[in-house]
Amino acid sequence: MKELLNKLDKAFENRVRLGIMSALVVNDHLDFNALKDLLGVTDGNLASHLKSLEKSKYITYEKEFQDRKPNTKYFATQAGKVAFRNHINAIEQLLK
Amino acid sequence: MKEKYLNDIKEIKEMMNKSSRFVSLSGPSGIVAGIIALIGAFAAHQLIFKETTILGFDRIFLSEEQLINLVLIGVVTLVTSILLIILLTTRETKKRNQPIWDQQTKRILINLAIPLFTGGFICLILLLQGFAGLLLPFTLVFYGLALVNVSKYTLHEMLSLGLIECFLGLLALVLIEYSLIIWSVGFGLVNIIYGFVVKTKYK
Repeated sequence: MKELLNKLDKAFENRVRLGIMSALVVNDHLDFNALKDLLGVTDGNLASHLKSLEKSKYITYEKEFQDRKPNTKYFATQAGKVAFRNHINAIEQLLK
Repeated sequence: MKEKYLNDIKEIKEMMNKSSRFVSLSGPSGIVAGIIALIGAFAAHQLIFKETTILGFDRIFLSEEQLINLVLIGVVTLVTSILLIILLTTRETKKRNQPIWDQQTKRILINLAIPLFTGGFICLILLLQGFAGLLLPFTLVFYGLALVNVSKYTLHEMLSLGLIECFLGLLALVLIEYSLIIWSVGFGLVNIIYGFVVKTKYK
């Protein structure tokens, strides 16, 4: 049991981060506003969770301009996808 | 404890569904499109392919009546499929309280349209030049390429579906006498099976 618990990724403990990752693994990329609508959180809250996922190198972003407004696209990295899969596997093991 | 993880799993599934449009589009739509394709193939067989052997590399000019029938079957099949898919998708998105027209829908439609329209024009030119036999393999190939192109924005199952359609298209070109049967398998059977797989997997 303890071993299994260690396999859980701390980065996905939070509900918002779990949501961000779930959305990014099934989409090529999503922009900030799309993520905000999906998760129903405030700008500041979302930004801080995105930053923490960036720090773990699980997501990456690209900035571009759309109609002169800045637009940030977020992607799940390969490492992020692997970590997320492992996290889900660990949860499934725990639920057995 | 267990409760929390069950909730997590539920949340993950919900977020995956909510964020990827094609989940609501693919299951029942695939089945419906498959059935319509089978009806279209049967109609084409009864009206045209039965009496004229056009399934080959020979250049054959169809009679005006056959040409009109063929184009008519094609257009009716395509339009009914699209209308029914739009209807099913709108109903599904309403149930999930999602906007029908968003960034995701736009991206998917543009990426589907580029290979599909290119292929459509090539097929139209081939038909007018008398190479009607090549239409069936080519439509399969371009449908497959369109699905492969769109797969990066949606379920990864779409990639396998696209590759299967591409393979069937090439197979139909090699075994061109059997291309109507292969076409029915590709547009009909494979779509229906895909629809059931996605429907059971993501329910």
